[in-house]
Amino acid sequence: MSMLAATLSSGWFLENAWLIPLIPAIGFVLIILFGKRMPQGGSEVGLVSMAASLAIAIGATVQWIQRVNSASAEGEHALGGFFGFARAIVPTATEEGGHSAAFVEPVVRTWTWWQSGGLEFGVGQHIDGLAIMLLLLVTFISLLVQIYSTEYVSGDRRFTHFFAALTLFSAGMLVMVLAENMIQLILGWEIMGLCSFMLIGHWWEETANSKAALKAFFTVRVGDVGLLVGTAVIFFGANDWAVERGSNGFSIRAISAWALSGEASNSVLFWGGVALFIAAIGKSGQFPLHTWLPDAMAGPTPVSSLLHSSTMVVAGVFLVARVYPVFFVGFDILDTAVNLITIIGGITIIAAAALAFVQDDIKKVLAYSTVSQLGYMMLGLGVGAWLPAVFHIFTHAFFKCALFLAAGSVSHSGSHHSFDMKKDMGGLARKMPVTATTWMISTAALCGIPFFSGFFSKDEIIDNASHNGYQFFYWVGLIGAAMTAAYMTRATYLTFFGKARGAAAGEHHDDHADDHADDHGADHGHDAHGHDDHHDAHAGPHESPWRITAPLVILATLAIFSGYLNAPAVGTHYFTDWVEPVGVAVEADALHSAGDEGHALGLAAVTAEEGGYSEGCGFSDPAEGTVCYAPKLSHAVFSWSKAAPSILLVAFGISISAWLSMGVFGDRRNPLKGLTSRSGIARRGHAFLVNKYYLDHLYEGVIVRAVAYPMAKAAYWINQNILDGIVNGVGRSGRSTGEWVYRNLDQRVVDGAVNASGFIASETGHALQPVQSGKVNQYGALLFGAATVGAIVLILVNI
Amino acid sequence: MYAVNFLILGALLFALGVFGVIARRNAVMVLMSIELILNAVNVNLIAFALMNDSAEGHVFALYVIAVAAAEVGVGLAMVLMIYRNRRSIALDELSALKG
Repeated sequence: MSMLAATLSSGWFLENAWLIPLIPAIGFVLIILFGKRMPQGGSEVGLVSMAASLAIAIGATVQWIQRVNSASAEGEHALGGFFGFARAIVPTATEEGGHSAAFVEPVVRTWTWWQSGGLEFGVGQHIDGLAIMLLLLVTFISLLVQIYSTEYVSGDRRFTHFFAALTLFSAGMLVMVLAENMIQLILGWEIMGLCSFMLIGHWWEETANSKAALKAFFTVRVGDVGLLVGTAVIFFGANDWAVERGSNGFSIRAISAWALSGEASNSVLFWGGVALFIAAIGKSGQFPLHTWLPDAMAGPTPVSSLLHSSTMVVAGVFLVARVYPVFFVGFDILDTAVNLITIIGGITIIAAAALAFVQDDIKKVLAYSTVSQLGYMMLGLGVGAWLPAVFHIFTHAFFKCALFLAAGSVSHSGSHHSFDMKKDMGGLARKMPVTATTWMISTAALCGIPFFSGFFSKDEIIDNASHNGYQFFYWVGLIGAAMTAAYMTRATYLTFFGKARGAAAGEHHDDHADDHADDHGADHGHDAHGHDDHHDAHAGPHESPWRITAPLVILATLAIFSGYLNAPAVGTHYFTDWVEPVGVAVEADALHSAGDEGHALGLAAVTAEEGGYSEGCGFSDPAEGTVCYAPKLSHAVFSWSKAAPSILLVAFGISISAWLSMGVFGDRRNPLKGLTSRSGIARRGHAFLVNKYYLDHLYEGVIVRAVAYPMAKAAYWINQNILDGIVNGVGRSGRSTGEWVYRNLDQRVVDGAVNASGFIASETGHALQPVQSGKVNQYGALLFGAATVGAIVLILVNI
Repeated sequence: MYAVNFLILGALLFALGVFGVIARRNAVMVLMSIELILNAVNVNLIAFALMNDSAEGHVFALYVIAVAAAEVGVGLAMVLMIYRNRRSIALDELSALKG
């Protein structure tokens, strides 16, 4: 077969993609060591390192696309030249699971990091479509956020540390995205955890901020236990299988292949999957552990936009997408009507969207919106819509980042550092046209209005849920979409339309003490970063400077156009071609390439089969000598009639919300007297939502109290009675032993020996004293005498 | 074997030198005695070189002469200093190192 000999194109950028996280990591060290002495306080190092990483990421992306094209050219050549052309223009060619693209070998390189007990832990790179997509996304968004930050946090007292943490954070995410094995993934994951703690608590002088940082850290940590347990479970399950094939149980490729090999134990996969999914719940703010994410808005806005829209919270989704075969087989995705991922994803979509309705803080609306959108991504993964979920990561990153930055722009220049929509905003559309326009575009994308990017990704998830037989979650997705549209309309109205209030109307209220002291940590931030004076010069709201608006404009543009990479409505599916791993069985020795320093192997036999879900990777075991790396998933075929319900529901959500907002908040007699103060039922629902389903009460009041207080008490009792007893007993016996030793051993034996040796030395010295007469002649005589004796002895011995 | 005569000469010179070192009070005389000892060694070296039919002994002798010259230089300088300080070079008076 000629295909076996074919090689995929590669290139310098693909082979050296490991530089992408390394550059910001070095940048971090430089900023920490020398940042304070630099003219721009270290921010220039951060910007340059992110720009360099972005350049490499762009190069790698271009070469990856060439690689994919070279692979499909080879594959299609074998299948007949005409077919490739047909595929490019007819979207239905991908119908019914018949993804005919050839297998594209990821670019894998590994170096040994350390060895322990016969186990080898590697670091390296595993570059496939998913990694490439996130590398590009993370470096790009990080660069924009850093540009934005140079303006937003200028003059901050910890400016240098801010940039150091921001740069290290990006490095951590990139390490995780590149990860060749689970250990490296954990490394990046934990770096991010640490940096998110530092960044959320950046203005730690405020108790609320440092509490939010701790909450984020510890809540995510609950999930991290799952990551460690899951990695261990998978390792012990997969290691023997993987070692037989020249890899090990940490390698992501080996884990994927093992999970799909049909030899993996289902219970190991299930429990390993559950543990890993708990980690994803913690990191991605899914339902029971989502409480940290809105509180994390206490950090500076660029941090919110970087951490909580496109990088950190996506890590959990990435984890699931990365070792997808484990979940696919472990949870029987596509074979069961419901599974853990869809349940959690579904609950998250609805619960978080409901919470977004009752927030007054603009950033918290966005935070809950993020949680809800992450629910969509999880739902997508849970219903077997891997590609739409990943595509949603991609589009969501742009419009959510733009929304956060727009919110930051409003607070920076429009509302005097307040994030309170009801108090300090309203009517800002005319004062801040660029911010308002970009906000509106991004909102349209988020709501899933047709022809904006969110429509193409979110609608695909919903469509595939029904396509794959998850009818219930199809409705969950639709209702979520309507709710998203409604709460975003409410936030848009409160911020940009209606009558200007508070700071937006030009009023100054320097005393923020009366501001919601507990649940609005974010708007106290300005006290610490001390450039209040900067704004006293400007009376009232105005447009932000270019360093804030430029990233906004770029992101809003992408919020429109990024969807067209995979827009079935207009017949494009570049994203599918470039990112989706091809679920075909390949020759088993492809697994060995882990140790092969990333040289592209020959293309293995492609056994692409047309047909439904009965055949192919993930549905039947791969043939002897072949392995699968990804399940063979099919895609729903887009049609406007199927998209119609979601479009209608979105339109319904927007109009209802707009009507209510204008009616309720725009009421001339008593504006801001919301629905809740008018109806009893609404008030009770409101209280339930404002208290976030009482989850925080549950965690802090019940769980923490039930677990931590008795534990503290027990620990105190043990401390006082047992530990202190032991310590005191040890102390007392130690003292008496010491005394005995002093009397007997020290005074008698040791001192005796010392004194005796001193005495002997002294006496010997006295005896020999006369020899040292000080007379040179005598010394000479002794010398020659000794030499004579020596000579005599020598002669006697030799005779 | 006439080389033995040289060895006997060397032994005599050595004994003479040792006697000088031990018996003389004058530091300069002691130094001269040391020179005698060194030259006894030189005679020995050359005698052995003769016996073994090799030139190495000669080379060593030359070295010894050079080192002896340096040593005398140092020794005389010390004697001079002692004389300047004490107005005497009698060795039996120099017993500051008495233990």
